[in-house]
Amino acid sequence: MSSKYDAIIVGGGHNGLICAAYLAKAGKKVLVLEKRYVLGGAAVSEELYPGFTFSVASYVVSLFRPHIIRELNLAKHGYEVIPMDCSLTPLPNGDSLARWGDAHKSRREISRFSQKDAEIYPEFSKVMTHMGKLAKAVIDHPAPDINSMKPGEIANMLRLGKAFKDLGPDLLHLNIKLVTMSALDFLDRWFESDVLKAPMSVSGIIGTFQGVRSPGTAYVLLHHYMGQLDGSFRSWGLSKGGTGGISIACANAATSFGAEIKTNAPVDKVLLKNGKASGVVLENGDEYYSKLIISNLDPNQTYLNLVGEEHLDSDVVKEVKRFKFRGSSGKVNLALDRAPEFACRPGIGDHLRGDIAIAPGTEYLEKAFDQAKYGEWSTRPYINAVIPSLTDPTVAPPGKHILSCFVQYAPYNIKEGAENWPKYRETFGDTVVDTMAEYIPGLKDMIIYRQVLTPWDLEQQMGLTEGNIFQGELSLEQLLFQRPLSGFAKYETSIESLYMCGSGTHPGGGIMGASGELCAKLILQSKSI
Amino acid sequence: MPIKSPFHPRTAALCESMNYKEWAGYYAVSSYLVHHDMEYFAFRNASGLLDITPLFKYSVKGKDAARFLSRIMVRDISKLKIGRVTYCCWCTADGKVVDDGTVMRRGEYDFFVTSADPCFSWFSRFQRGYDVELKDISEEVAGLALQGPTSRDILKQITDAPLDQLKYFGTTEALVADFIIHISRTGYTGDLGYELWVDHEQALKLWDLIMVEGSAYGIRPAGLDALDVTRVEAGLILKDVDYYNALHAFIDDRKSSPYEIALGWAVNLDRDPFNGQRALRSEKEEGSKWAITGLVLDWDEIEGLYARYGLPPEVPGMAWRKSIPLYVNKAKEKQIGYATSGTWSPILKKNIALATIEEKYNKVGSEVELEFTVEHVRHTVKATISKTQFYNPERKRSNPGLKKDKP
Repeated sequence: MSSKYDAIIVGGGHNGLICAAYLAKAGKKVLVLEKRYVLGGAAVSEELYPGFTFSVASYVVSLFRPHIIRELNLAKHGYEVIPMDCSLTPLPNGDSLARWGDAHKSRREISRFSQKDAEIYPEFSKVMTHMGKLAKAVIDHPAPDINSMKPGEIANMLRLGKAFKDLGPDLLHLNIKLVTMSALDFLDRWFESDVLKAPMSVSGIIGTFQGVRSPGTAYVLLHHYMGQLDGSFRSWGLSKGGTGGISIACANAATSFGAEIKTNAPVDKVLLKNGKASGVVLENGDEYYSKLIISNLDPNQTYLNLVGEEHLDSDVVKEVKRFKFRGSSGKVNLALDRAPEFACRPGIGDHLRGDIAIAPGTEYLEKAFDQAKYGEWSTRPYINAVIPSLTDPTVAPPGKHILSCFVQYAPYNIKEGAENWPKYRETFGDTVVDTMAEYIPGLKDMIIYRQVLTPWDLEQQMGLTEGNIFQGELSLEQLLFQRPLSGFAKYETSIESLYMCGSGTHPGGGIMGASGELCAKLILQSKSI
Repeated sequence: MPIKSPFHPRTAALCESMNYKEWAGYYAVSSYLVHHDMEYFAFRNASGLLDITPLFKYSVKGKDAARFLSRIMVRDISKLKIGRVTYCCWCTADGKVVDDGTVMRRGEYDFFVTSADPCFSWFSRFQRGYDVELKDISEEVAGLALQGPTSRDILKQITDAPLDQLKYFGTTEALVADFIIHISRTGYTGDLGYELWVDHEQALKLWDLIMVEGSAYGIRPAGLDALDVTRVEAGLILKDVDYYNALHAFIDDRKSSPYEIALGWAVNLDRDPFNGQRALRSEKEEGSKWAITGLVLDWDEIEGLYARYGLPPEVPGMAWRKSIPLYVNKAKEKQIGYATSGTWSPILKKNIALATIEEKYNKVGSEVELEFTVEHVRHTVKATISKTQFYNPERKRSNPGLKKDKP
């Protein structure tokens, strides 16, 4: 029998590491067990090809909670995010739209498509920034329990209610539209230009099995506006050394507070004693005992694999099985022997130092979704690409570059069956390269290495059920007090002493850190260890 | 009217924003783009290239050059080894700082001095009795600062000079293409970086070589706005902002001793006479009135103040330079000093400032209150006193080519 811990965290993703750091900072004896050789979960950097460090899965940062940086002193431990200044949307006709940090430059760009839109654009940003203020009320606190009459829970509800009421009537009504409408219907209320609306609407579908016209996607749009970088809302950045850099900073913070971290330590099962979690057993048979077990894995993995259906009540099993994952995206990472030039804007400039959205129209996006509905990946998908090596020279050799492509739709359940994804992996990769090559002449000759990750691969490699990048879809019925399960939304599970701290819990996905933080704070508050 | 540096044809072509300021009589780019943040991140993650020609530059040569400079500087320059650089200041007879700058020893009898203000007259008044030739080469020699983590890699592409061995505050001659430049591992960013000194005639050639080779290393031309953020992060003071030249100060209260501007470490008191020695000795014994210190502003209080007005928290868009009162407590019972410059540090995620504070309150870790205006109303926020050097990455000093360095 191994040494006894206060808490064992299963999975070394950024949330698990943050949870470990907070608990260790409070003086608890913590052990993190990571299945892979490298930490980070989906926020991971790997040198897949000599000299090239890829943000294998998650690739940009905005939502990370700034107070976590301060409380865990992450800047000292290597947390470094470099802002992106441009959002480029190349168009098939050789034209393009670039939106910049420089407001007037953006206005002139958008004016080429609609002068009205160009002038409304900053108003829209202003309103969304107001909405973003809700972030503090919604994502920096555990979700209230609507069934409880405990004073603390009622206070929680009131606090949330007040935050909404403080918006004032106009914004409150707008907020209700936001949570019920589709991303595109919502944008239609503001803008007329399809060229502008298409790249704006995609924030509403990322990681979901929905189209830009599907109701509820406007909320996901808002979710992506809640990010904060240096005090200003809604700005995206690249993590130095890839997104794994953030996970490493979290791990460094955790170990600086005394947490123990083991990699290559896949957990097989949570050990139960009298129905209570008491430890874990690794795949190699090693056992570790602890007062609490905290799972950084998604709800499906946690309940059905770590615990096992045989130990769960039937209603819990039913709800877990109904929790929607249905991953819809893949990732294609390319190492290039030179910087890629876009036909729409020749040359290597600042227009390439932000994100590049292949979203040349709303019909294109809806068509891409149509195919997914019938179990096919999009022949011409929505792609969000970044070239991090132009901003952060540490990720590629001098003069060489990385082109990282987030690709949607690639449904987990293809009609041939998800398990057949490996057969189609490279064909899917070709689709992505072909799509990008329509905008980057000569792309195919630049590629010196290619990694294709289908939803199946995300599941197999990173343990993301059905390849869902958020550990469960960010749809309204799976948020707040219903994430992951009604009645078990406060990081605890139906098993005593077993907690969850991953994106599958409130407030959800993205490199945000809130789930890990809130889980740890709640555990400390409850004095259960 | 300001004049143009020899790099002007290149910097002007790149300066999209046309955002210039005057620096020591030269046009100097404030930021190449409308906002300087990409230039800042180049300094911290790749490399920024900054025209520093406006610095005043002096050649001091001759048998007595070391003794002569030791007589002027608060530091004992005769101890400076060949190939080494020191940062120091020089004082009036009553021990008040005239200016600060670097002194580089290029040979036994060959020194190169930089300053922020013209100092030829001040230096030359000490010349009598020394076998030394003092020459103002400000308008013959141009300067470039290449600063950032990839700066060494870039320089290695244009010269065979032993850069892996060149230590922090070292200097070397280097052959670039068909001309000679001087490289010093110095700078104003607190990062790995170099300053390059080149004759005017070769200036453009040097610029072009660096920009071409630098393109694979993320180089960007950078202006003074980005520099200002980095220098506050590095805790480096600026004349006329954080202190005044004693010769130009209208009133005595505006004069500062080296001890009062965090340069006490540079003073070598016990040696042959130097200008200001007597006054500095007695100040050392009796204690100084003021000190320059670092402040870290409390974020939660700032966020709380903005929230009172329904505003999201804002951070200053650029480094600021103005005098802001510093109080002993929230009740403002006593003003104990003033902040002189500050910035939001994007890398440290902190609101930081440099402040002049009464010496007796200068205790690292203690809390004071800084005036802070939100929505036209003056408030105060808690500020914690810290060392001035807020940011100090290991790469600033490390040498991959030398054994004792960690990787």
